Amino acid sequence: MASFHEREPFDPILNGPLLALPGHKSASFLERTLRKGQFAVTAELNPPDSADPRDVLKAAEPLAEVTDAINATDASGANCHISSMGICSILNRAGLGTVLQISCRDRNRIAIQGDVLGAAAMGVGNILCLTGDGVGVGDQPGARPVFDFDSLSLLRTLKTMRDEGAFLSGRKLTMAPPIFLGAAENPCIPPIEWRADRLEKKVRAGADFIQTNYIFDVEVFRRFMQRVCDMGLHEKVFILAGVGPLASAKSARWMRSNVPGIHIPDSIVERLEKAEKPGEEGKKLCIDLIRQIREIPGVHGVHIMAYRREHLVGEIIEDTGILKERMTAK
Amino acid sequence: MYAVRRFAVRRSSGFLRIYRMFEGIIVFLDPVLRLVGYGRLERPFAFLERNFKGLLFDCKMCGQCVLSSTGMSCPMNCPKTLRNGPCGGVRPGGFCEVKPEMRCVWVEAWDGASRMPEGLERIRVVQPPVNRELEGSSSWLRVAREKAASLRQMRETPDPSRHMLARAFRRARQIEPAAAPIAAEPNAALAEHSVSERTAVFTKGESAAGKNNGGGNAKKKG
Ligand code: SF4
Repeated sequence: MASFHEREPFDPILNGPLLALPGHKSASFLERTLRKGQFAVTAELNPPDSADPRDVLKAAEPLAEVTDAINATDASGANCHISSMGICSILNRAGLGTVLQISCRDRNRIAIQGDVLGAAAMGVGNILCLTGDGVGVGDQPGARPVFDFDSLSLLRTLKTMRDEGAFLSGRKLTMAPPIFLGAAENPCIPPIEWRADRLEKKVRAGADFIQTNYIFDVEVFRRFMQRVCDMGLHEKVFILAGVGPLASAKSARWMRSNVPGIHIPDSIVERLEKAEKPGEEGKKLCIDLIRQIREIPGVHGVHIMAYRREHLVGEIIEDTGILKERMTAK
Repeated sequence: MYAVRRFAVRRSSGFLRIYRMFEGIIVFLDPVLRLVGYGRLERPFAFLERNFKGLLFDCKMCGQCVLSSTGMSCPMNCPKTLRNGPCGGVRPGGFCEVKPEMRCVWVEAWDGASRMPEGLERIRVVQPPVNRELEGSSSWLRVAREKAASLRQMRETPDPSRHMLARAFRRARQIEPAAAPIAAEPNAALAEHSVSERTAVFTKGESAAGKNNGGGNAKKKG
């Protein structure tokens, strides 16, 4: 059976099952890009609160052309939206690469292991394993937090499913899910001195790629990457640095105090404050950040989180020249 | 108690020694314990362990103690009950995302681990998810049993779920055998009355009917 390439419209009945490319973990387009040594681009989709598949396609439109894969968030910030699984199934059918996100907050080990098989059957090639924000910050603070797994035990479990072809219960799978495993890391918040060690632990647990939280503090990130390279981790895992355009000084402050795990240096808030057109400035800042981050050894790509500013992603990527270089490199 | 707990982390190395001594004695006593019957010892040991570790570490009696791999900072005090933390939401100054008035349990853990011999090697090992069936039972006894069982080559328990988990988290099993137990559980460890002390009063003397009625009640977490 010929293996199916993600990024062609995937129909589970006509094209399934998804098979890993030779020497790869999955059929994922993102994995192919990274293994070719190209600078990868992923972006986060703003999930609609809708049962209409066209709303998902509309949300993906500004990202489709300029990314290797689109991240479908799993109730990020503990806010309810259309599920990551639903988004990925729709986008895979449209021939787009996707990253399914799984947060440990809402589902236990029974639900998650089942979901992973379901996702792979529906054409998902990349899965990002997350701990998840506490329920208190979201729109349903009364919910019961699950946290049966944490991001690392989740990674190890999915790796076991993929490589050993079995559930954690030891029951054999008829077909193991060919998935490229991702994890997050937040290099700019405490305990900063241990963040690289924690990354190493994620690699041990099974991470093939990393998407970091927002990087606004390049110096802190540079030191982090220095440690990562000293430990030799940049050769074991692909690292995509998280970036995003800020809308204004006000929204930067709001994010700082309301979204868990965000570190924005005062100098950046000031720069936005002084700008005549803060939106423009936020975009420029993001492009600057990408340029600086690209120069840091060990970085394999960027992950753009442009919440409610998705329309800017195309311009940002265009301006950094990442895709153009890729064309000429071929 | 929060203050004692933090003190224990700052003195992680010393507390590890005390803790290891306790554990060592129990492991040493394995042949005797086996003679008396682990099942019969479950309740008094759980009682002792709850009070001793409760006082020092705010122990939550998960039954699968990994303190010596977490810088003597009990991971069950993390509001997300992470076994491999910290999460990505730690606040400036090292405070918890969910409970901002508390120091992040895992910032403390890495700090404690860096003061312990082999601490940093151990905290790097990926720990498996907690087995909720074992909540409330004695981890000390489990460690003793596990060390003995490892020696007896796992041959009596062909329980595939335990073997797969132990294989998937091999290194964790080596250094914290109670985190991924293989030995068969004595009925008493899984019984309802060992899970909750209050109901224990009422079911006193009753031997457990087995796995099915044990641990089924998910306990609310604070
Ligand atoms: S900040 Fe620390 S203690 Fe709080 S939920 Fe995250 S890992 Fe747990």
